[in-house]
Order: sequence, then C-alpha cells, then structure tokens
Amino acid sequence: MMQVRWGLWIIIGIAAGLFGLFAYQLSQPKVEFVQSAMVGQMMPAFDLPPASGSRPGLSSADLADGTPKLLNVFASWCIPCASEAPQLEALERAGARIVAVAIRDRPEDVDRFLSIYGNPFTRIGRDDISEVQLSIGSSGVPETFVIDGQGRITHQHIGDIRPEHVADLLRELEEAGA
Amino acid sequence: MKQLVALIAALGLLVPLPVTAQDTMPPAPYAYQQLENPEQEAAARELMHTLRCLKCQSQSIADSDAPMAGDMRHQVRTRILAGEEPEHIRAWLVERYGDYVSYAPTVSSTTWPLFAIPVLLLAICGFVFASRMRRRS
Repeated sequence: MMQVRWGLWIIIGIAAGLFGLFAYQLSQPKVEFVQSAMVGQMMPAFDLPPASGSRPGLSSADLADGTPKLLNVFASWCIPCASEAPQLEALERAGARIVAVAIRDRPEDVDRFLSIYGNPFTRIGRDDISEVQLSIGSSGVPETFVIDGQGRITHQHIGDIRPEHVADLLRELEEAGA
Repeated sequence: MKQLVALIAALGLLVPLPVTAQDTMPPAPYAYQQLENPEQEAAARELMHTLRCLKCQSQSIADSDAPMAGDMRHQVRTRILAGEEPEHIRAWLVERYGDYVSYAPTVSSTTWPLFAIPVLLLAICGFVFASRMRRRS
C-alpha cells in the first residue's frame, strides 16, 4: 500500500514540476527578433550596383579597407527607416562612416527618400532580391551592422536606431577599432 | 442615388489600409516561377516547406507571400538549379539565422531531451507492464 502512495506522490511531483516550468516559460517575454548568426564572422563576398544616382555602389571589398563602418540595411518604403534618419545623422556627425544597402528599391525612390530625410551614407548598394540581406542573416529593415576594418561583422542592431542607441553604436564602432 | 454614393464612400473608409509599407518591386525571378525540371522543383518545394519565413514567423517560405519569402524561394530554386544539395542550402541558412530558420527537427545539445524522454517513458511503461503481468501470473 505504501508503495502505491510513493508512486502517486512522484507523479504529482513530476506534474507540479512541469506546470512550474510552463508557468515560468510563459511568463518570459517573447523574443520577436531573429539574431544573425553571422556576428563574429567575415562579411560574405558581394558586389552591388549603386542604388542611388548620388552615391557609388557597395562591395565587400569596400568593407575591408581598414576603416570600421556602420552598414545600414534600409529601404525607402520602410517607415521606421525614415524615423531613424536623425540618429544616423547624429552618428555621422560623431564621425561614424556609414554605408548602406537598399532592399528591393528603385533608384528614383531612394533619391526621393534621401532628399527628404538626408543622406549620411558614403556608398549605397542596390539589393533587388535581398541577396546580401540573406547572406548576412538580416531578417528585416532597418538593421545596422558594425563592420571592423578587416570586413568582420562585430555587432548587429535590429530595428530602428532610437536616440538612446546612438551611444551604444558609437561604442561598438570604437571597439571595432575606429 | 446620392445617398447610395455616400454609402459606398462611407463603406470605402471602413476598408482597412495596410499599416506596414511594402515595396513595389517585382518579385525575384524564381519567387513564383517553378523550375523546369520537375525533379528539381520537387526537391526545392520539399525544402521550402521546411524553411521558416523570417517576416511571418509561423509560416514556411512556401506558404508566405511576403517579398522576403519570395526572395528566399528564389535563393532555394537558383541554388537547386545550380546543382546544390537541399541540405547544403539548409545549412547555409542555418549558418546565418541559426536553427530557428529550419523546421526540420535536429538532435542538438538543447533538443536531445525531446528525443530521449519518449524512449525513457516507453521503457518505464514496458517495465511496469512486465512486472504487473509477472505478478498476476
């Protein structure tokens, strides 16, 4: 008889443990962002034509010229990309070199976007089929990557850059050797 | 008549406008176009059903009309066309997005209990069943 009781208590214990685990996991905030697994890896080779009349295109060789840079993945049709424009401008004023990849975009739309929200970029590559975006593990726009002078990805910022993120990105850029 | 026009206009206002912007670029060549070789298309399709759309995270890229899913299908089909193995393409994506991008279950340091627990439970059930049968006879 005692043996049966023990068995019951063990089952109750396991069930309680499981419910505890469920309660804990359900109360954890959901992570909506997909982190790139390419942080710490070398930038894959690519060569994109210009996305705008005002700037040259972008290739992986441009990202390995010895100067750490920010790589902004954006699009003229993306609303948060417009809202991060003042922060990109602030980063540029603080001395950051910023290059960009425009995702699924037309040159005339990119030019209009840049004339409204400003152009902090030195180069803008045109990625019509999200090829470079997929190759660096980016899953949306806008995203900003920190690339060291050798072309290694050292940091990924997902979503628009808010004013409180500017200092973080400058620190990441400094750690990358700027 | 005037009232009817006003009514239609009022109804038009109720139609929800999309909140997020989409691009107006045409889809990538192989986003919706099948491969000519039916065997290659079947291999591509099988793989596409087990890859996660990163924009619409509970759909596969085969089920999603998001532009990015179309671009991922283009990647899959062009790589299959170039002779790449489906599992190699999956590995390429996992290298970039982690296990999250793949729906195919794999045994890893975090997922092994999912495979071990059912075997363990079956073993316990078998043991209990066998001991009861022995007691009864």
